[in-house]
Amino acid sequence: MYSMPEITFNIDHGYLEGLVRGFKAGILTQTDYLNLVQCETLDDLKLHLQSTDYGNFLANEPSPLTVSVIDDKLKEKMVVEFQHLRNHCLEPLATFLDYITYSYMIDNIILLITGTLHQRPLSELIPKCHPLGSFEQMEAIHIASTPAELYNAVLVDTPLAPYFIDCILEQDLDEMNTEIIRNTLYKAYLEDFYAFCQETGGATADVMCEALSFEADRRAFIITINSFGTELTKDDRSKLYPHCGKLYPAGLARLAQADDYDQVRAVADCFTEYKELFEGAGTNPGDKTLEDKFFEHEVKLMKNAFMQQFHFGVFYSYVKLKEQENRNIIWISECVAQQHRAKIDSYIPIF
Amino acid sequence: MEAKPSSKQTGMSLFPVYAITLLLAITAIIIIVMYYMLTGRGTRFDIGWFLSETSPYMWGSIGVGLCISLSVVGAAWGIFTTGSSILGGGVKAPRIKTKNLISIIFCEAVAIYGIILAIVIGNKLGKYDPLESNLDVIRDSHYAGFQIFAAGINVGICNLACGLCVGIVGSGAALADAQNSALFVKILIIEIFGSAIGLFGIIVAILQISSAKMGVQ
Repeated sequence: MYSMPEITFNIDHGYLEGLVRGFKAGILTQTDYLNLVQCETLDDLKLHLQSTDYGNFLANEPSPLTVSVIDDKLKEKMVVEFQHLRNHCLEPLATFLDYITYSYMIDNIILLITGTLHQRPLSELIPKCHPLGSFEQMEAIHIASTPAELYNAVLVDTPLAPYFIDCILEQDLDEMNTEIIRNTLYKAYLEDFYAFCQETGGATADVMCEALSFEADRRAFIITINSFGTELTKDDRSKLYPHCGKLYPAGLARLAQADDYDQVRAVADCFTEYKELFEGAGTNPGDKTLEDKFFEHEVKLMKNAFMQQFHFGVFYSYVKLKEQENRNIIWISECVAQQHRAKIDSYIPIF
Repeated sequence: MEAKPSSKQTGMSLFPVYAITLLLAITAIIIIVMYYMLTGRGTRFDIGWFLSETSPYMWGSIGVGLCISLSVVGAAWGIFTTGSSILGGGVKAPRIKTKNLISIIFCEAVAIYGIILAIVIGNKLGKYDPLESNLDVIRDSHYAGFQIFAAGINVGICNLACGLCVGIVGSGAALADAQNSALFVKILIIEIFGSAIGLFGIIVAILQISSAKMGVQ
């Protein structure tokens, strides 16, 4: 398995790899988007989506469509496909697919904690969680008031338990704390996933290490930029940077010292791929935001993952591309629903 | 980044199993060698004796057996590699299923090479009596036994590699065809070249056994 994955890969994973590539062929192309952008109402949009791989996934919905219904249905479709893959796979692909769901679990936990902090009822929060990251103990989260309680009562039985060890504090949960917990969990998760992909080796390591490095670096940049003007100290900030990216160690050390956006940009200038992203981004009208540039780069990396065969990266790429497609469709339908067509073209085309 | 193992375990490493087996084998060999050395029978380790005393029929039959069995392993490996990809790709693009049978046939051809060569080199096995035949016949027969053995291994390993190669390319061909049907013919050409490497083994094997004379023929 480790030296020549081509020879043994198809014994266990050949069928699913073919299947996921088939799913990938159903991702909307540029022509589909051009059609969607022309729509006047959400019902037009539904009609156009019917002619694509989505088929009649909105057929049973009552006529005044809302964006949130489309969002739910898009997510549901992706989750059904993902669960199908997960139910048919064998180790080590099973663990790999589980790793993909952990990031959604982290987001769900944070969403629930923040919601509980704002006194929202649980019944309102649960439907907002991403179905890919739902787990049994999720509904018990509201009883926790400190991170230690959260760990002992809820997370200890979940696969996320090893990631939580670094953020057990006796302080009360507040907004700042939850953000720190989210980023610490994410850091531990990314580093763990990175280690797993390296152990798997072969083309999986080639593709996934590239993707996870980018993810780690993106988080480091965004954490730094978002921390300006908050009470987060530089020391605490540097603890949140994932250590599996290309920025580690020199770039992260300089990011930790950064005081404003220009200094972050100076760090990015030392890395060719990030330099381009920062150069193309701007805040003027008509410019793309940094976030969009990061998404674009991610889409490029994910598309490259399909250039190689006999590796697990395609499963990760498929989920990420599908997620981007959902964001695009939601963006377009929001613009259509609000009759706000000026920015309708700022979706990120995939193929 | 410092090498930290991932927190999730997938199955057990087989390294201890291999290590223990290898260790036991080496110990056994050392004990046997020391025993013969210390009891003054070191001369029993004689490769020439082993080659001249073993029956040429054994070598010939093993050669024929390896020829067909390794070829079939190669073909089978190629077929499942291609087949599982065709099945997966065919779910969303059913049109690939008939076209890509060609890839399966290429793999199957590898097994057919093996059968043909097994029949050809098997025919070289002839009858002789080691007690009564003259020395020339015995010498030729031994030589023929080794030739058949070498030819069989040659065809077997060539076809094993050829089957793997055609299988992997065929799997790529199926998935590429599912994405873009214009690619099929192009990848098929690569597959034909992959299939041709099996023929090299066959040609050399035929040359190897062309002079084999086993028994009184």
